[in-house]
Amino acid sequence: MPTFFEPKQIVTPGDLLAEGEYIAGENTYVEDKKVYAARLGLVEYDNKRVSVVALKSFYVPRAGDIVIGTVVEVGFNSWTVDINAPYKAFLRPSDVLSRPFKPQKDELSQVLNAGDLIVAKIVSYDRSHDPQLTVAEPGLGKITRGQIVKVTPTKVPRIIGRKGSMISMIKEQTGCQIILGLNGIVLITGKTLEDEQLALTAINRIENESHTSGLTDRITQMLKEEKSKQEEQKE
Amino acid sequence: MNEKPEKLIDKKGLRLDGRKPDELRPVKLEVGVIPNADGSAYVEQGKNKILVGVYGPREVHPKHLALQDRTVLKCRYHMAPFSVQERKSPAPSRREIELSKVIRESLEPAIFMEYYPRTMIDVFIEVLQADGGTRCASITAAALALADAGIPMRDLVVACATGKADDTIVLDLMDEEDKLGTADVPVAMMPNLNAISLLQMDGKLTHEEFEKAVNLAVEGCKKIYAVQKEALKAKYVGIKEEEAEE
Amino acid sequence: MASVVTRLKKKQIEQLIENGKRLDGRDPTDYREIKLEQGIIERAEGSARVLLGKTEIVVGTKIEMGEPFSDTPNEGVLTVNAELVPLASPKFEAGPPNEDSVELARIVDRGIRESKAIDTAKLCIEPGKKVFVVFVDIYVLNHDGNLIDASALAAVAALMNTKMSNYEVEDGEVKVKSGYVPLPLKDHPITVTCAKFGDKIVVDPSFEEELVMDARLTMAIDDDGDICAIQKGGAGYFTPEQVFEVAKIAKDKAKERRKKLDW
Repeated sequence: MPTFFEPKQIVTPGDLLAEGEYIAGENTYVEDKKVYAARLGLVEYDNKRVSVVALKSFYVPRAGDIVIGTVVEVGFNSWTVDINAPYKAFLRPSDVLSRPFKPQKDELSQVLNAGDLIVAKIVSYDRSHDPQLTVAEPGLGKITRGQIVKVTPTKVPRIIGRKGSMISMIKEQTGCQIILGLNGIVLITGKTLEDEQLALTAINRIENESHTSGLTDRITQMLKEEKSKQEEQKE
Repeated sequence: MNEKPEKLIDKKGLRLDGRKPDELRPVKLEVGVIPNADGSAYVEQGKNKILVGVYGPREVHPKHLALQDRTVLKCRYHMAPFSVQERKSPAPSRREIELSKVIRESLEPAIFMEYYPRTMIDVFIEVLQADGGTRCASITAAALALADAGIPMRDLVVACATGKADDTIVLDLMDEEDKLGTADVPVAMMPNLNAISLLQMDGKLTHEEFEKAVNLAVEGCKKIYAVQKEALKAKYVGIKEEEAEE
Repeated sequence: MASVVTRLKKKQIEQLIENGKRLDGRDPTDYREIKLEQGIIERAEGSARVLLGKTEIVVGTKIEMGEPFSDTPNEGVLTVNAELVPLASPKFEAGPPNEDSVELARIVDRGIRESKAIDTAKLCIEPGKKVFVVFVDIYVLNHDGNLIDASALAAVAALMNTKMSNYEVEDGEVKVKSGYVPLPLKDHPITVTCAKFGDKIVVDPSFEEELVMDARLTMAIDDDGDICAIQKGGAGYFTPEQVFEVAKIAKDKAKERRKKLDW
């Protein structure tokens, strides 16, 4: 059963990846026992499964995902949140307040207003309904400090690294707290602006070079060099 | 050039710009040129200069136009007032309305419309300079812009036109051949699926000439397809080579 | 605002066509019954009414005097317009021309223009200054599918029915004389539209078939049997082989119709 590319080769939509009894993985589709690429990316052959790691894609909501979003509208009895996806998400008072919502007493804008950033979890999402969020869990809620950077959602695993190696290294080297929204929004909170900038630079670089190898070492190297430069300047 | 040339093909069989009948004009394609758009592409072919921006999938406005089981594809083909010899009014002409429709219909078969219900995808085509074959160049660039936006596609869509100049079937009409030739056959296709998604014709062709024209257009499309793929990969191939040198 | 065809009906239509039959019992290459009448609107210079199955089209032509286009200073002008009036279908809304009516008008226009049906050179009154302008207005009165073929047929029939005033140019002024002359025609194009369902092609799609088809392909054939205009429509595709299959069908069907109409 033939395959037509080398693993990790760049493929474009419509490229014939394999023919025969294969399973169509992510970013591929099957027609007549032929597996084609559906997005620009790197092809992966894993036994019988052919998939493409997309170089460019957008976030599609999934129940259970942790996301970072911006409140864009305060409605009568809910908030509308932009989660960097084709669909706007909704947050109900019951998923925010620990007590019941009283429309006459409670002013939603006092709790969360348009422009606020939140870390939330997607409670539910299906093809006929917009995603529902909750912030009523530990670690979720309004963001008060830090910087936001947008990355391609498919690159998030690369930023995390194998067993968290990449993200742990960045946190260590920069002393920053980093929350990765699976919707491609990353929150960096550091002790100083320089530390946050450093982490930001590292993440941007990972995004641009995610398809290359030896990345972890190069980023570690870069961070070490930048840090020693910073130390020098302080003296 | 205000005088009409006597012949479109000279004694040596060469066209007004020196090309052979089955030769394409050089085409330049660039992806990711409009930072604000979700996806974008720019094409130069002959004197054509066309920019395409894609937004989406995003929420449908107005809401009542949303479809429950699929995305809505919208396409706007528009020519800048300065793109042609005689200034063109910015208001959409009937030609632009028709082209917007056929271009949309040429791209739609490539998109998995059922993947993102209740959303819309906007394709905005702006012709900055026109030189014969704008609809084909637009389609080629629009497909790249869609892929650049990360929208899953069955294949890229690529297009080119053939026609009849004097008595010869020629590939990739230039402006004079478009205006003075006796047939114009724009074709768009998804090469890997052998699927023609745009086909129009005006002029006069026998059935044999028509067959020749379509087959020549398919060949031309396949050549441009190779350039299209390289343009899509360009940003990433470059870095891969750089890293190999380190 | 698209009409919805039930999944059951869609399946029914697809299965029938797969087996070479259609919902109304027709063969894949059968047209519905065609009725053609000419001269039904006296106020128009020419007119025709076509019934293609239950699709009903009326076309009226008007002739006026006007300026020629700058790139064809010695030729008359043709303008085709189509109205999908709201009474013709629950799908149609009142308002400015939408993309469907623009496309319909331009396809019919292309067939007439590219076949050089109207002898526009004979419509020149004063070179570079005054020519006759032929207005062809297509009115869709009932939409039951295949508006293109019905409209194109009615348009050409209306042109064939068109009479212009006899005139004379005296000292740069146009003087109308008594009597009428027929509009000078050189060709009588016939359009044939096919619809694709998977790997099957059928001719003259009905309204319901149009809701289910992958795409349509229209070809206009001139008196010589040559192709003078083509338009693919709908969000599907044709393979090159299917395109040539449609070309052959169009050639045969146009010949058949031409004989029947004696055009």
